[in-house]
Amino acid sequence: MTLKDWFETRKEEQIAARPIDPKIDDNIGKLWVKCFNCNAQLPRKELEHHMMVCPQCGYHFRINARTRIAQLFDEGTFEEYFSNISPADPLEFFDTESYTERQQKAKEKTNLNDAVITGIGKVEGEEIACAIMDFEYMGGSMGSVVGEKVTRIIEEALAKKLPVVTITASGGARMQESALSLMQMAKTSCAVAKLNEAKLLYINILTDPTYGGVTASFGTIGDIIIAEQGARIGFAGRRVIEQTIRQKLPADFQTAEYLMKHGQLDMITKRSELKSTLAKILRLHKH
Amino acid sequence: MKLDFEKPITKIEEKIEELRKMSEESGMDLSKEIEIFEHQSHEYKKELYENLKPSQKLQIARHPNRPNFLDYINLITTDFVEMHGDREGTDDRAIIGGVAKIGDKPVMIVGTVKGKSTKENLVYNFGMPQPEGYRKALRLFEHANRFGLPIVTLIDTPGAYPGIKAEEHGQGIAIAVNLKEMAKLDVPIVAIITGEGCSGGALGLAVANKVLVLEHAYYTVISPEGCASILWRDAAKASEAAEALKITGPDLLKYNIIDGIVKEPLGGAHYDYEAMGEELKKEILNALDEYKDMSAQQLKDDRYSKFRRMGVFNS
Ligand SMILES: [Zn+2]
Repeated sequence: MTLKDWFETRKEEQIAARPIDPKIDDNIGKLWVKCFNCNAQLPRKELEHHMMVCPQCGYHFRINARTRIAQLFDEGTFEEYFSNISPADPLEFFDTESYTERQQKAKEKTNLNDAVITGIGKVEGEEIACAIMDFEYMGGSMGSVVGEKVTRIIEEALAKKLPVVTITASGGARMQESALSLMQMAKTSCAVAKLNEAKLLYINILTDPTYGGVTASFGTIGDIIIAEQGARIGFAGRRVIEQTIRQKLPADFQTAEYLMKHGQLDMITKRSELKSTLAKILRLHKH
Repeated sequence: MKLDFEKPITKIEEKIEELRKMSEESGMDLSKEIEIFEHQSHEYKKELYENLKPSQKLQIARHPNRPNFLDYINLITTDFVEMHGDREGTDDRAIIGGVAKIGDKPVMIVGTVKGKSTKENLVYNFGMPQPEGYRKALRLFEHANRFGLPIVTLIDTPGAYPGIKAEEHGQGIAIAVNLKEMAKLDVPIVAIITGEGCSGGALGLAVANKVLVLEHAYYTVISPEGCASILWRDAAKASEAAEALKITGPDLLKYNIIDGIVKEPLGGAHYDYEAMGEELKKEILNALDEYKDMSAQQLKDDRYSKFRRMGVFNS
């Protein structure tokens, strides 16, 4: 084994060791946080100072929408839009629990009305319309509210001639809204078609995880697609694929790095460089 | 193949057959009795098929003898000229399309194909397209757009294929691009869910001015089995999930997901291909007629506002 091969194997081992579905809840409210990847015990303050990226191994912890906004936008410039829109329960959906109960719990946990925050703000002085998803609200699933808010912020951008940026974190469609949820894919994508026709820049930032209905709609039809380092991105879930093809998947399957290798992304960016990268792209398209 | 809930019909039909035989063998005139039984049988069937549970409709939608896209090509079109391939190395057989005439109207017709045997399903991949299939469909849509041909799509798919290559080649992106690009087309689009209309894999061909479903077809964000295994953590709860997901025609109409239901022959499309073809052809021609005087902008606005209204929330 050459030294290069040894390094390659080491790298693969490290990727393989990365947990596939880290539970963010495990760390909530604790003063010391254990890194999912390298097991280092990190003081929460230090981790926050590093934008919730492990200073020892570079593992990117999942962050919620409010934290994302604080990290990305120039201080005090983000103005939230359409926060009054909240979910209904048109199908009176009940599985092991009612949809309204699930909504209530999610609201208590996140202090959000649904899984997306929309608004307008500035990134290094560049004004953008933005939709930021929150995985902590029912797995960031897209129902009528997410679809409506994303569509409205795009329409707002059309009126104000602003670029649009989406930051996604989603398990996919909101099953409790069934076909209504499916139609949000069409609704949001039709709105993006208008951005294209108006020649307004549309950028997707994919964060961990971005799956299903969001991957198959507004989440991936940007003029530029950026993935945050370490994000897992896919259409079908890993388990569904394994059950269908009856074989084990490569450890790095559906990682940003894997997708980039297959030509599905424009770039992968570290969290610490996301803001400057985004600002640079915005400036390059302003002339 | 009879479905389990159709067993009582089989019993009545056997009874009628018995009477016929008896009448023949004995020379007795039993035509009155036979007529009564036949009437009963018909009434019973009507009652049964009009009140099917979602899980029973699901069985009809998935019936192995249900007409597939290739049957419909034969039943409703003439002069079909298939257009193969995505021009990037693949001709996905799960989606087939080309130019044809419906009545005297030239159209672009595109659909997902389910096989009727294991051998056929190897070719058509159970009607589960790869990203390349969606890209081929888009190439055909854009062709139709250039030449002013209305687009008709027939959809019967358990979903886009979940596989390694599919992910590597951007299954999600391929569907998303179709949603966005279909919104921009200048020609009328009519989409019909003929069997299974499952998730993004179906929607990828259904951003249409008019969306219809066949009487026993269903349209859903996720298969009832998939939903059951996630929400109930038990795939055996699929019939509960089918109820909860509200996937059949009347519910879809109620929530403004679709524009209409196409009637099927009694018992389902597989009992009478010809009648099903006639009805479907009539509905498609009616729909196309509605759009014949609309400008490109009106067609696009019509499509946009249709999907724009979808969703239920509080504000
Ligand atoms: Zn670490």
